[in-house]
Amino acid sequence: MAAPTAFDELWGTSRGRKARPGLESLAAWLADLPPAELDRRQQAAEAAFRSLGVTFAVYGEEESAERIIPFDIIPRVFTAREWSALAEGLEQRVRAINAFLGDIYGPRRILADGAIPPDIVLANSQFCIPCAGARAPHGVFAHICGIDLVRTGADEFWVLEDNARTPSGVSYMLENREAMLRLCPELFEILDVAPVDSYPEMLRETLLSVAPDKAKDPVGVLLTPGHHNSAYYEHSFLADNMGIELVEGRDLVVDDGVVFMRTIDGPVRVDVIYRRIDDAFLDPLVFRPDSLLGVPGLMAAYLAGNVSLVNAPGSGIADDKAIYSYMPEIVRYYTGEEPKLHNVETWRCREPQALKYTLDNLEQLVVKPVDGSGGYGVMVGPAATRAEMETFRAALKAEPHHYIAQPTLALSTVPTFTERGIAPRHVDFRPFVLTGANGVRTVPGGLTRVALREGSLVVNSSQGGGTKDSFILEGGAGGDG
Amino acid sequence: MLSRTAAHLYWIGRFMERAEFACRLVEATIRLSALGHDPQGGQAWRSALSVVGAEGAFGEESEPLTPFSARRFLTLDDENPSSIRSCLAGARDNARAARTAITVEVWQAINRAWLIIRDRASPGGAQATLNLVEELKAEIRGFEGALGRMLRTEGNWFMHLGSSIERGDNTARLLDVKYYLLLPPGEAVGGTLDRDQWTTILQIVSARTAYRHLYQGPLQPWLVGDLLILRGEMPRSLTASAEETVTHLGAFAARSGRQGAADRRARQRLSRMQDLNIETIIQNGLHEWLQAYIAENAAIDRAIAEQFRFG
Amino acid sequence: MRLSVHYTTAYHYSEPPRRIIQLLRMVPATFAGQTVLDWRVNVDCDARLRKARDGYGNATHMLYVDRPVESLAISVEGSVLTDDKAGLVQGLPHDLPPPVFLRSTPLTKAGPAVERIAEATVQSAAGTLDRLHALAANLHRDIRFDTEVTSIDTSAEQACAAGHGVCQDFAHIFIAVARRLGIPSRYVSGHLFRRDGRHVQEAGHAWGEAWVDDLGWTAFDPLNGICTDDAYVRVACGLDYRDAAPVAGARSGGGDEELRVEVRVSEAARQAQAQSQS
Repeated sequence: MAAPTAFDELWGTSRGRKARPGLESLAAWLADLPPAELDRRQQAAEAAFRSLGVTFAVYGEEESAERIIPFDIIPRVFTAREWSALAEGLEQRVRAINAFLGDIYGPRRILADGAIPPDIVLANSQFCIPCAGARAPHGVFAHICGIDLVRTGADEFWVLEDNARTPSGVSYMLENREAMLRLCPELFEILDVAPVDSYPEMLRETLLSVAPDKAKDPVGVLLTPGHHNSAYYEHSFLADNMGIELVEGRDLVVDDGVVFMRTIDGPVRVDVIYRRIDDAFLDPLVFRPDSLLGVPGLMAAYLAGNVSLVNAPGSGIADDKAIYSYMPEIVRYYTGEEPKLHNVETWRCREPQALKYTLDNLEQLVVKPVDGSGGYGVMVGPAATRAEMETFRAALKAEPHHYIAQPTLALSTVPTFTERGIAPRHVDFRPFVLTGANGVRTVPGGLTRVALREGSLVVNSSQGGGTKDSFILEGGAGGDG
Repeated sequence: MLSRTAAHLYWIGRFMERAEFACRLVEATIRLSALGHDPQGGQAWRSALSVVGAEGAFGEESEPLTPFSARRFLTLDDENPSSIRSCLAGARDNARAARTAITVEVWQAINRAWLIIRDRASPGGAQATLNLVEELKAEIRGFEGALGRMLRTEGNWFMHLGSSIERGDNTARLLDVKYYLLLPPGEAVGGTLDRDQWTTILQIVSARTAYRHLYQGPLQPWLVGDLLILRGEMPRSLTASAEETVTHLGAFAARSGRQGAADRRARQRLSRMQDLNIETIIQNGLHEWLQAYIAENAAIDRAIAEQFRFG
Repeated sequence: MRLSVHYTTAYHYSEPPRRIIQLLRMVPATFAGQTVLDWRVNVDCDARLRKARDGYGNATHMLYVDRPVESLAISVEGSVLTDDKAGLVQGLPHDLPPPVFLRSTPLTKAGPAVERIAEATVQSAAGTLDRLHALAANLHRDIRFDTEVTSIDTSAEQACAAGHGVCQDFAHIFIAVARRLGIPSRYVSGHLFRRDGRHVQEAGHAWGEAWVDDLGWTAFDPLNGICTDDAYVRVACGLDYRDAAPVAGARSGGGDEELRVEVRVSEAARQAQAQSQS
């Protein structure tokens, strides 16, 4: 399963003989760095992350299990040309996602026109009924999208997933860059790396740009489930870097359709909430009545146009895996263009032929539940045991509509520091696309996740994945022919 | 600032102060019981437990009181809300919840102190306990230093406010446990046991040098009382704590132009104390006076919570 | 019929809560077979009431009380003209497409007991409409009405397995079975005029609506084993009780709460009916 033919982000298909154009200096840096020095820097990075408390609590474990996501100091590099093509594709896709969300919660033209089957939207548990008929402020639903991409060749990028609810990981993009600047400053002399540090400011602008029109000097806050949440570090990091308050549900109250935060000087009106809690917990009056994380009345305030929620409730349907398989149709429908980024071929097991194909080829496919996230309940055929495969076979037969299947892709690799020296490890990539009242922007960077186990294709941090910095080279210097 | 954040910061101040006090208490009690008047150390440790109000919490039915069990209880016991580990856990939990309101330096000092004690299974022998406490005190000093370097705004004031309230409470409880040892003015210390007890008290509040500096004579219990209650120069005295509370509340009032019940109460307490002398206090009953102080301190704590809408 | 509704929901708190916020679904819509003549929602203390409409199309009020009160009473008074349309619900001013009502919810998720009824329903009749009639009749026959054993958190499966419940449970079971059979269906809350003369009731009523391709939404009252007629006042609908309940609320503080509900549905004088129709 080591996928010997995988494309390498540094070496291409040369198997370590010749760096890809534009990356020769990185190859030379790596060759010149004594192993002991690499080791020392790697340790320093880990110590720094631990002392900062950049931690991640594993789902299903107690709070004591705060863990550092392993960081690897060998960066993954995109050339300027690769990046500009990617960015165009990302922005096209995110425009389509927002148009789609505005449509399905509004006039539902795409369904009336028969471009996609209506049930896939209407009967979808992610279709947010309280949002039906609601216009998102400034027409934007998915302000922050984290689009998961994988690469299989020089020009072969595939979208694996569109994260349109509350994508996380951007703090790692920023912290990883900080660590790299400290630990490997020379790399930034030999490579012309686009900075990512403007992200918090871009995010702040995006948030405030969608404030209700009547708000003169809008106040934004970041709503977190609290400090026991696995992404709390990121929440506090972003709030801090944007200079906005980090609030919990109990800090907010709704009175007469207006949201206020409770401060030492009395209530302060809130106009924009960057919420990092799921729809189901936002408002116990409308969603889960047992939610203690949300704010009673929040949806009424939102629907009355008195507060903007980022991302808007209901956005989650856009990253549903059943919807995902129709993204090419959705992009064509709303943009009138061919999709610039490709979907991974997907078999929707709700369709009988697709189910048959999936059952017949289980050992070569990746099977995913349509409503899952975080890499739980995913079967990677080539790596699955016989027992796992039989479990999935039974589940597929019992509830085919819950699953999709995709081919196992030969994910690209990046040289990675391992216990036995530098070795290729598989990676994916999550760039972050921001959509505000003034358009769509993508910060030149993202989160590269690396599967640290040899041969593994599962990059989720909850499943033993780590991260790397992602360098986007700026014009000229990094151009490849 | 969010009311909840303010409450977290206030409690960081309280917990860190309480942790430090517990460190000194353990340290001084080890010394006292090592002086040999009390071979089993029973009396020394029993009074240490009562200083932190934990005599009842220590389960003597299941575990006899020994120097070891008392050291373990005061340093590591998770059931004891005043143990050093409980205090540091509380401080860290509050710090995590208020991450955006504290500096990286403040966070790291708290986090490092917590990491030292988090996985500690046993306090070990007396020397090992002293080493542990020494290490923790160093981190707590780091916290205080980091606090001093933090921006002088609300966040800073809330932590200071919490520690001033906590400090007053701790010193008052410490004195109250030994109040019967406070002899009438003019009388000299009786035996060596008494002298050691007084020295221990001074050590807990790091005031041995201060005593010599201010009074220049032999150890006289009523002067110890004077030092720990009324001398504003002495940072851990009740007057100094009361002054500090007034100062930090005043900082808020200066910023917002508004004052509340907490300001009034704190100022009234301070002005009452400024008219006092130790003779009057002892004549009228030190224990009663200390109990009233503790109650008033708690009332100010509640007024602060009310005024800044912690609830 | 011309029905008049007096509906009071009164809370008493052991300690006054600092604030109260409630989402009310208490206002019926006019559609074919139901004409709302007048309808008022009143609150007995200083409060703000804001009108809105939810995703289903239900008329809602948000109720805000921002100071401590010992008690709170919400009273609804209104009159409605109804026709017997044999359960057909047509001309709703706002509605969602039927497939939205295919998904199950925690309260309407099918388990073995619901599954058994679904199978029996398929055996007993062919065609959607006949199956729905059979289902309503079977639930009326097999499930015992009992106000003592279930709560607002009882699921269709629990009530079904236990074999008893109140109108809410009957409605949940009906919906759970219909959805299991691939028929879009939904929960309806409203009021029932009792022809037996019991005009004062301790709660509102609830039933189910199911989508029949040629007819549209059709309302069945499984508690009484019939399609709804002119004794029914339809107020709100949703996927289950939680989405259609008259009140969803939250409060800060307030200790224990005592709730008293009184509903009075009576037939207004014939003369008045004649006048308003003229």
